[in-house]
Amino acid sequence: MAVPVLAVEGLRLAIRGDEGEARILDHVSFSVAQGEILGIVGESGCGKSTLIRAILGILPRGARIGAGEIRFEGENLLAFSEAELDRTVRGSRISFIPQDPYLALNPLFTVGAQLLESMRRHLPGTPREHREQLTKILRRVQLPDAELALDRYPHQFSGGQRQRLLIAAALACRPKLVIADEPTTALDVTTQQQILVLLRELVDDMGLSMLFVTHDLGVVAELCDRVGVIYAGQSVENGPARHLLRAPMHPYTAALLACHPDRSDDFVGIPGSVPSPLRAPPGCRFAPRCAQAQPACTLRDPALRNAAPGHAVDCILYDAQDGGR
Amino acid sequence: MAGFVLRRMLLVLPSLFGLLVVTFLLIRTIPADPAVALAGDNATPAQIAAIRESYGLDQPLPVQFLRYLRGVARLDFGESQYSGRPVALDIAQRLPATLELTFAALVIAIGLGIPLGVVAAMHHNRWPDFLLRIGSVAGIAVAAFWLAIMLQMLFAMKLGWLPLRGQLSAGLTPPAGPTGFLLTDCLLAGRFDLFLDAARHLVLPAVTLSLGGLATITRFTRAGVLDTLQKDFVTYERAVGFPRGRLIWVYVLRNSVVATVTQIGLLFGGLMAGAVVVESIYDWPGIGSYTVQAILTADSKVMLAVTLLIGLIYAAVNILTDVVHALIDPRLRESR
Repeated sequence: MAVPVLAVEGLRLAIRGDEGEARILDHVSFSVAQGEILGIVGESGCGKSTLIRAILGILPRGARIGAGEIRFEGENLLAFSEAELDRTVRGSRISFIPQDPYLALNPLFTVGAQLLESMRRHLPGTPREHREQLTKILRRVQLPDAELALDRYPHQFSGGQRQRLLIAAALACRPKLVIADEPTTALDVTTQQQILVLLRELVDDMGLSMLFVTHDLGVVAELCDRVGVIYAGQSVENGPARHLLRAPMHPYTAALLACHPDRSDDFVGIPGSVPSPLRAPPGCRFAPRCAQAQPACTLRDPALRNAAPGHAVDCILYDAQDGGR
Repeated sequence: MAGFVLRRMLLVLPSLFGLLVVTFLLIRTIPADPAVALAGDNATPAQIAAIRESYGLDQPLPVQFLRYLRGVARLDFGESQYSGRPVALDIAQRLPATLELTFAALVIAIGLGIPLGVVAAMHHNRWPDFLLRIGSVAGIAVAAFWLAIMLQMLFAMKLGWLPLRGQLSAGLTPPAGPTGFLLTDCLLAGRFDLFLDAARHLVLPAVTLSLGGLATITRFTRAGVLDTLQKDFVTYERAVGFPRGRLIWVYVLRNSVVATVTQIGLLFGGLMAGAVVVESIYDWPGIGSYTVQAILTADSKVMLAVTLLIGLIYAAVNILTDVVHALIDPRLRESR
């Protein structure tokens, strides 16, 4: 099997703050294969943003990685120095599409000044050539008046246009992997749809891989090849999107899907609330809210096990089936 | 941009007129009678009355005010009762020295304050930050007259590195014009020896005057940078590998100095007020020491003219602050 573009394994991460140590990530694992879009799904506060920051090496002060590996094209990113990450990873081989296009662009600089910064650093060629390349990509992402865009300021664009600018910026340095952090959440529904279609096209045309982080299962169903579900900082289930959304294995995934208004006539919720990472329950963190919980759930060390081909789940209900990861 | 500046200027006019009225009234209501002060200790009531009449001090207030306005419009502020020369001439001669001093103080305050503020923010809650925070509180709290004397004792009297007072060493003749600014004139005349001497004289007064501003600018820049560092676009810029130096000193800093620029505008008023003290201690031949002299001799014409001048400078700096804001932030250029 080919080396995955990105493989995260058993990642544990804690942030020390005033109130003690918050164990934000507790055993997160997934991998992104070449040319694939992996959706990472989880509720707000489950550690999605911290996960992205860990991959990009921009963790907040006080954060400490306790265990695990982040391998990008076979190299362990956690062993990279800040300077190496800047030179060879961030903005070049791994690019990033942020969540809120209204806030992600620096308001005081022209779009060209900011978007060309990363190209100047990572690509050979003159500023003039960079401008031409970027304008070409802006046309590719269907930004109107692409020729004029670089001399304008962020506030002169709509939200959808800004997201196109940021997508263009993410593609400019010909990355291997694009990390997208809920890139459509801040947009209205029709714009959202256009952006999703565009992203799928770009990934297929350019042979990219993408890590798409979202809380929206509808978006996952539409866009992603595979899905990883995270609950309170623990990977609970990884599998092919089609499969996982139709026949979820983990009780949390099932409960999450049942919450979707399209799938049921009444509004159903999951009883209880997401635990604080400061006081996370032992063992499976979903156990206190799980209808099928057993006493042994709190004793289990988190570990994903293959329950079906390409489909791994971390739940005591499937432990009996043999296989290992 | 030109229309923007013009509108700002028109908005300033009412304030300046208000300043004119208020200062005029204030000076008429203080108990010191300028005619008595002028006439000297042994004057007879008749002599005082004659002086009062010759200066128009016996006229009703509105008449005096209108006369004053007419004078101001022609830049005629009357004669100083102390020096006996036209106030406008005195000011024209002394203003360059004060501007040179305040400008030097401002350059020190901005040139050091902004980088120090950035350094403090980058080391938030670690020792460089603590040190700078303590230093800036001390800088704001310390009295200028005390600091001036301490600096004089250390650098002028004990170490002998810098001159004690004045603008130029005794025995040296400043070049005559053309700008009235001593340092500039020395350079234009090619007199580098004089320039060096004048620059050495400038160091202590400028440092003394700059301290409060330096502390304020450091604190505001620090707060601004800390605030900007929380912004999403900084996370984005880090995530896509912007070079760290450019990220901080270009992309973050420009977003952080808006409040600092406002403060610099306000500081200018403080600098003019501080110049009064600093110039007196260092015997600096500027507007500040001139004002002190005027206050001590109840020289109302000088006080009025100086107050108006400072108001004018303050208004100009305010307009400048707005212009700088608009240059920093493209969104402000469009909305007005």
